[in-house]
Amino acid sequence: MTDIATNAADTAELPRARTDWLPLLLVPALALLALPFIGNPSSWVTLTVAGLAMGMMIFLMASGLTLVFGLMDIINFGHGVFISLGAYATLIVLGPLAAWGQADSLGLNLALMGLCILVAMALTAAVGAVFERVIVRPVYGSHLKQILVTMGGLIVTEQAIHAIWGASPIPIALPASLRGAYVLGDIVMERYRVFAVVIGLVVFAGMELLLNRTRIGLLIRAGVENPEMVEALGYRIRRLFVSVFVAGSALAGLGGVMWAFYRQTLTAGMGMEVMVLVFIVIIIGGLGSVGGCFVGSLLVALVANYVGFLAPKLALISNILVMALVLVWRPQGLFPVARR
Amino acid sequence: MTARSALSAAATQPRPTGMMSRLLSSDMPRSRALSAILIVIVAGLAATPFLFSGSQPLSTAAKICVFIALVASYDLLLGYTGIVSFAHTMFFGIGGYGVAIALERLGPTWISVAIGLAVALVLSAVLAVAIGLLSLRVRAIFFSMITLAVASAAAVLASQMSTVTGGEDGLSFQLPPQLRPAFRLLLEPIFGVTINGRVLAYYLVFFAALAIFLALLRIVNSPFGRVLQAIRENEFRAEALGYRVVAYRTAASVISALAATVAGAMLALWLRYNGPDTTLSFSIMIDILLMVVIGGMGTLYGAVIGATLFVLAQSYLQVLMGAASSGLSGIPFLPDLVHPDRWLLWLGALFIISVYAFPGGIVGYLRKRQSA
Repeated sequence: MTDIATNAADTAELPRARTDWLPLLLVPALALLALPFIGNPSSWVTLTVAGLAMGMMIFLMASGLTLVFGLMDIINFGHGVFISLGAYATLIVLGPLAAWGQADSLGLNLALMGLCILVAMALTAAVGAVFERVIVRPVYGSHLKQILVTMGGLIVTEQAIHAIWGASPIPIALPASLRGAYVLGDIVMERYRVFAVVIGLVVFAGMELLLNRTRIGLLIRAGVENPEMVEALGYRIRRLFVSVFVAGSALAGLGGVMWAFYRQTLTAGMGMEVMVLVFIVIIIGGLGSVGGCFVGSLLVALVANYVGFLAPKLALISNILVMALVLVWRPQGLFPVARR
Repeated sequence: MTARSALSAAATQPRPTGMMSRLLSSDMPRSRALSAILIVIVAGLAATPFLFSGSQPLSTAAKICVFIALVASYDLLLGYTGIVSFAHTMFFGIGGYGVAIALERLGPTWISVAIGLAVALVLSAVLAVAIGLLSLRVRAIFFSMITLAVASAAAVLASQMSTVTGGEDGLSFQLPPQLRPAFRLLLEPIFGVTINGRVLAYYLVFFAALAIFLALLRIVNSPFGRVLQAIRENEFRAEALGYRVVAYRTAASVISALAATVAGAMLALWLRYNGPDTTLSFSIMIDILLMVVIGGMGTLYGAVIGATLFVLAQSYLQVLMGAASSGLSGIPFLPDLVHPDRWLLWLGALFIISVYAFPGGIVGYLRKRQSA
């Protein structure tokens, strides 16, 4: 305990890294810029909340991937299957406890959601550990093989989902108290979206605290900067790698649960479908940066929502457009991670 | 059958010379077993209309031809240049839609085919250059992710612009009269087979695939191809030797995109239909990856073997698995694993094993056995 305290004292005297505010301002600037175009403030609020909810869900799904990349230099193209797996894990809970979701009690409903999230995270963490050991570990250092072999893992796991739960889409029901919308005057906000925003903010705050205020976070950040040095100082970087991979998979599972209740239909390919957005987000944010991933998710989701409202035809390519613009501005993404 | 004897002769000689060697750009199979398999495949494909009756074998053979060309063109990127693109189906789809839209709008003539193909080729080249210049400067991983994003945007675009592309339903169209089933090239059947428009269409696909394959073989064995392999082995060193890596990579992706476009056009001509599921979908991209890796990356012969094996498995493995599944019906869960729809599970496992244990795929394995 004492040496943590002294470490903290040491770092306090060092000149602090300057916070890069510009990308952080992008999101509110974008939201304000959209207001005059949309005109009607109440639809603007609805669109913004919907966009934020979407962005939070994308963030949940993308954060693990970007962290794994930052720390381990591993790109996991099979990340999407953890999203699907997390989504299907809700069935394990919803099967025996369906009554909890129908009950007209906020407590039981939230308990059900919490249980779904716990089971999904446990399952994806376990599968993530196996995935790391069997699929990823033999190909450290070679991106080409990583892309190929994680695609292989994706195919096999997706097929395994088909084998276990069947190949046809499965409908799932949202717990009773998360259905419907809050109505404040003209403003309509779907309850589930508000719930998603809350969960996303909690996870983001948790990750920021963990990364910036704890010893393990310090080690992770040091590992991103210079893994050899961390190892030379006597820390088992491999164990750190594995736990980050497992945590990243669990986060994807959490994102999968949220995404599943949002779509209310389960398909094995649902993870891979969002992966396109996830990749765009982590490219925008800067590979390896959690903060960048957060800003990128909100940016992409908000732009998609606003453009979808103003010019539906353009919405299809708005994501690509945002990515191209950001890359023109900052070729390494919004928050480039130092070493890469 | 001079080609056949020459090929087998070449395989037994240590240093092949002559016509066959020139045709194959001095890149011989270098394994007796491999040569034998290749001969069987090529001869089988060439003679399919005469060997089998009915439309299903002919369709399977045509599909094999198209995928040989497509997979070979992908191998130029993945195996020879060492970059992973997920936009290959986009170019495949552009070829298909080019021909489909032209034939539907301009009428069933050869001129429409030519116009459609030409427009598609130009569009593919422009897109490939744009993607390459934008994303090949940075790390290869960016290229993979950006191509994935662009390809999915293209797929969504194709299904949304339904007035032009037919949306999810795709486009059905008429072929030029010479390729229709009612057309007769010769009044008398040859070896008991009527040479109708369908057979002609098959040979059009066959020879187009053969031409693409031989052209690609020439390219990878040219000095240009050697530079690509140098970039794959060590990008930094290639740059230091004075080769402009970005330019070479972009050129490789353009060539590969053009070949994929022609392959897409061939598939559309054969099916008389083009839609998102036949050329654009992500699952086809996964199929291509499986074929390249299982057949053998970095050798074009791998494309022949991978594509043939995969398409045959797709058409006939399911029957076998269906039998196995009903045979195991008493046991829990196992029948689900060998259910006919789960064939991709086993190919996926084979894919992972290939990447680890046989980086050269089937071709690499056969060659190693020959030299051992």
